[in-house]
Amino acid sequence: MTATPETTGTAPAPASDDPPPRPRRTGLGPRERSSTIASTVAMVVIGASFMVPLLWVVLASFNTEATLSISWPENWSLGNYAAIWNMETTFRPLLNSVILCGGAAAVTMVTAVLCAYPMSRYRFRAKRPLLLGIIFSTGLPITAIMIPVYALFVQVNLIDSMFGAILFLGASSLPYAIFLTKGFMDGVPVEIEESAWTEGAGVYRALWSVVLPLMRPGLAVAAIFTFVMMWGNFFVPFMLLLSPDKLPAAVTLYTFSSQYGQVAYGQLAAFSIFYSLPVVVLYLFLGRSLGQGFAAAGGVKG
Amino acid sequence: MSTSAPVAEHDPPSSATRPTPPRRGRLGNRLTAGRAVPMVPAFLLLAGFMLGPIVYSVYLAFTDKAIRGEGAEQTEFVGFSNFTDAFADADFWNSVVLTVIFTVISALLGQNIMGMLLALLIERAHRVITFTVTAIVIAAWILPEVVAGYLLYTFFSPDGSLNAIITAIGLPPQQLLFSAPIFAVSFANIWRGTAFSMLVYSAALSSVPSDVYESAALDGAGPLRRFTSVTLPLLRPAIATNLMLTTLQTLSVFGLIFIMTGGGPARQSQTLPLYTYEQAFSYGQLGYGTAVALLLLLIGAVASMAYLRLLPEEDKR
Repeated sequence: MTATPETTGTAPAPASDDPPPRPRRTGLGPRERSSTIASTVAMVVIGASFMVPLLWVVLASFNTEATLSISWPENWSLGNYAAIWNMETTFRPLLNSVILCGGAAAVTMVTAVLCAYPMSRYRFRAKRPLLLGIIFSTGLPITAIMIPVYALFVQVNLIDSMFGAILFLGASSLPYAIFLTKGFMDGVPVEIEESAWTEGAGVYRALWSVVLPLMRPGLAVAAIFTFVMMWGNFFVPFMLLLSPDKLPAAVTLYTFSSQYGQVAYGQLAAFSIFYSLPVVVLYLFLGRSLGQGFAAAGGVKG
Repeated sequence: MSTSAPVAEHDPPSSATRPTPPRRGRLGNRLTAGRAVPMVPAFLLLAGFMLGPIVYSVYLAFTDKAIRGEGAEQTEFVGFSNFTDAFADADFWNSVVLTVIFTVISALLGQNIMGMLLALLIERAHRVITFTVTAIVIAAWILPEVVAGYLLYTFFSPDGSLNAIITAIGLPPQQLLFSAPIFAVSFANIWRGTAFSMLVYSAALSSVPSDVYESAALDGAGPLRRFTSVTLPLLRPAIATNLMLTTLQTLSVFGLIFIMTGGGPARQSQTLPLYTYEQAFSYGQLGYGTAVALLLLLIGAVASMAYLRLLPEEDKR
């Protein structure tokens, strides 16, 4: 690890060693027990209020007579799922999402890893300004630059091009991916590469077969996080893609709800669940490490 | 949350405490042109798709570029007139006010207080409940924006779950999407965004050593006192950071509002991103829309500066 100042407080990799759990006080006194009860009750109330919209979508998806209000289905049915179980409504949009987000996440991760390597391993004068610039651009509201992006894409004929959308989506998540990846890479000691070098491996060889395997958990976090954020992105494909057969699920759900929203709540709910399932599953893989990635992100900015 | 004192590159601060990094060959660990080659693809992408549009937007904002009509055939430089037009437009100011309301209610107050509250409760409440509730809150955050918007549209709609619940307990039904849409979308943003603050504060709280609380308790400080005089000061960097991040995220929220209300009815929930979108694409005024987007960026920058002042002295650069 280089002795540059910004590496000290920022590396998510060391932080991903679980912090020691708060010692649970043993032998609760009556006051602490009542505070536990009060806290639990408060949590149940908050949890219940957060729960209602989620419960609605699950119940409505199994209810062919679903309304806008939460209600227990009288006849549980897979009818809504069966109704949208076709290429046009469900599979093509989801496939488009996989192509768009998978392609963009691949672009992001490959370029981020390559970019992070020199930033992690070498010292240079512009390093700190560069890192700060990257961190600041993670906070850049994409909403604010979509008009110039649209105008530029019209000029270079990239509107309605999957390729163009992949490149823009990839570029827009690059700053955070570089930041995360560099942090995880800093956690891999340089000495290990040196032994690879003495055996004649080049830089890329060392990166590929020594560094990357050692930071696999961190890479997985960065890649999954990148993919999940892209999967949920509505505005970028909404602006840059036009043809119905290219639209990802984020956009078709919107058109679906504005076209059939008045009648087919249950089908909309079923589609929402299909569309959300991949990110929920991926999130389960991330588990606790996602929160720690954020804590680390807070660390450098704070 | 550790932050290090910034030191110039040529003066490694830890050389006294840490062995100097091993030198490799004649060049040591300095970056050379050849070693910078892997960074090229990333910089090309960022230059082409991020920096490029930003530079272009500064140009666009001073032109009358449009999708149709005047300014579509040939674009002319119009000086500051896009900005003066915005300042003279009542709809623009309406959007500014709504953006401020939306950001203050949902990010500054809602997400932060709710996130802090949950982070504090996590430390005390029963484990099973904690696990379940955090899973629910995180699910609301991890769901795609369109799904969240759609779910909260159904929740607040006249025939939705909210009215089903409040009429069941004997209260009059509410029509928030029509009577106070900015509140409906603010609540939606709290629902969706609280998990982020919860994760940040929970991580920050777990780094506070528990003996600090114990000694404060021994000095006779009650729970509230311990929170205001021990927890809050220790969490100040986390709070400042989180305020900044949630504010910036909230300033750019588009899809959630677009799906729930479309900015309506009668512009009552048209925050700046929706106003910008309407101007640029419904009316085709790309130059004007870009000018307003730049103003939005400016508001974000000013807000960030304000939060940086909240940071403790030693964390500032």
